[in-house]
Amino acid sequence: MGGFLAGIVGACAEAWQEVRIHKGRVLLSLVGVAVAVCALSGAVAMSAIAQQATIEQADSAGGRAATLTMSMQSPDTTATGRSQATQAWFDVLDRYDIAYATRVLWDQGRVQFPGSVQDVNLQVVDQPYAEMHRTRMDDGSWFQVGDSSRLAPVIVVNTAFWELLGSPALDSHPSVAIDSLGGAKAIIVGVYGTSAWDTYPSMYMLTSHFEQLVDPARAAQSSPQYEMWVPPDLARDLQGRIQAELSSALGSSGSVSVDRTDWGAQMDDPTSILRVITLVIGGIILLLGALSLLNIALVTVRQRIREIGIRRSFGATSGRVFFAVMMESVVATFVAGIVGVICAVLLVQSPMVSDLVSFGGISDVPPFPVSAAVFGLVAATLVGALAGLIPALIAVRVKVIDAIRY
Amino acid sequence: MSLIELSDVTRTVLIPDSDPLTILDGVNLGVEPGERVSVVGRSGSGKSTLLNLLGMLDLPTTGELCFEGESVPDMKSGRRDRVRGGNVGFIFQQFNLLDGRTALENVTMPLLYARGPRFWGRERIAADMLDRVGLGHRLTALPGSLSGGEQQRVAIARALVRQPKLILADEPTGALDVETGQSVMTLLDDIVREENAALVTITHDPAIAARSDRHFRLDRGVLTLADDIVAVS
Repeated sequence: MGGFLAGIVGACAEAWQEVRIHKGRVLLSLVGVAVAVCALSGAVAMSAIAQQATIEQADSAGGRAATLTMSMQSPDTTATGRSQATQAWFDVLDRYDIAYATRVLWDQGRVQFPGSVQDVNLQVVDQPYAEMHRTRMDDGSWFQVGDSSRLAPVIVVNTAFWELLGSPALDSHPSVAIDSLGGAKAIIVGVYGTSAWDTYPSMYMLTSHFEQLVDPARAAQSSPQYEMWVPPDLARDLQGRIQAELSSALGSSGSVSVDRTDWGAQMDDPTSILRVITLVIGGIILLLGALSLLNIALVTVRQRIREIGIRRSFGATSGRVFFAVMMESVVATFVAGIVGVICAVLLVQSPMVSDLVSFGGISDVPPFPVSAAVFGLVAATLVGALAGLIPALIAVRVKVIDAIRY
Repeated sequence: MSLIELSDVTRTVLIPDSDPLTILDGVNLGVEPGERVSVVGRSGSGKSTLLNLLGMLDLPTTGELCFEGESVPDMKSGRRDRVRGGNVGFIFQQFNLLDGRTALENVTMPLLYARGPRFWGRERIAADMLDRVGLGHRLTALPGSLSGGEQQRVAIARALVRQPKLILADEPTGALDVETGQSVMTLLDDIVREENAALVTITHDPAIAARSDRHFRLDRGVLTLADDIVAVS
């Protein structure tokens, strides 16, 4: 045991002397591996950000995983028919204790802006919609739970809409007249974020306000979608049950379809290809780093042949020489791995980089993935072991009698 | 029992497209504890090969090589390394100090392969040894900043720091001027005598060889007693 400990400490002392004496070489190998690990960990982490951005964009369109969307094809488009369908949907929400659900209806609203009247996109939704679709607010707030009981309708508009009004302060309660809804004055409570290329004015209105204001004849021409946000692992089961129950509730008067509309319904993971590509790129970078390390290590071990011979003549066993050369490489790359991961964390967590990777469209910036850090460190250590293996084998095979004359 | 003994040792090497080359031919040599032996011979006579065999760095092709009665070829490689590290000290003609390491680190190096108190107290032991060879004031000096005589004294300290039973000196004064060579050999003789170690010196120089108790001549791989060399006290 004492001999084993002495062996470990002795090998550490040798490695430390080697590092101290060959600072330039060690630094060179450290830089190469650190850059490779930084690139690898950074690529994995950035792919996580890009994945989050992709998911958020997909969520914004189709809802979060898992969103079940119910649509009806019914000859009965009267208020009674719609009411019957809505009631059946509410019953389902109660029965399965689904807290996040919204009706979604697309319409056009004619709005009076200063100096002009324009048609704008109108989405009629319920209050949970923003949470279900990750709607980001740039100013003000989304609809509150009690907003549906307000006498004056409230709306949430996009940036283009808000700028057409001259970007008024929301705490001054700006309002617009919506001609297509009987000239009702709607108060703007929030401005939601959109992409830079979304220049067409749009607005959201609560379903309860819309139903109060809209002409019944016009309402009969459109039917809403009914969305429910449910746990992904229960989605398949719930989909079948809800479809059966709603079909039964509506009878033969119409057909009901319940489908998943979130990104998870399209494929297992829309970013898997991206992740594979980044991993392949990271792997190539690490391979290049490993080759550079191996190159330096091979040159170094050839320069150390005489030293190895002298050490062997003074009692260093082949195992000790192998261990010392391997440990030098592994310790150096492990340290380089730590440096590389720290650099990757600093780089990836900078707002500039995350904005660049996600095209500015991310609300929940994921923390630096622990898996990326661990992956980088393990990869660095493995590279160190592999890059140290060949020089260590060469060191062991050195013929002492030739080496001391080298 | 001899400290190390070669009995009818032959060492040959294979040469491509040619007959094997015999470097040592039927060598018999026994070295007793505390004895001083010298071997003289011309270049290419097999002196270094003999030294490698005595130091257990090489193995005979035929014949027997025993260290303290134990057959060296029968030892496993690791044990042979440990036996060598604990019992044999080398002094080379070109000093073979480790570049970039201080005198203290060079002398500490063999103790890195020791165990117990010698390992854990290696720096103090090495510093004491350097003090004994008169370099207590040059502990942190690098080989490049030392004179030839000082470098060989560091090499002597390194060879003796594990208190080996056998010191093998390969042309220890070959890279030194006559005066420095004599002073280095005097120091080596004194310390070897104090440590009661055996010393095998390989040299071209009859004056250096004459310092030993027994003298041998190696000629074309054949070892014979050199009666013409007279020991000086």
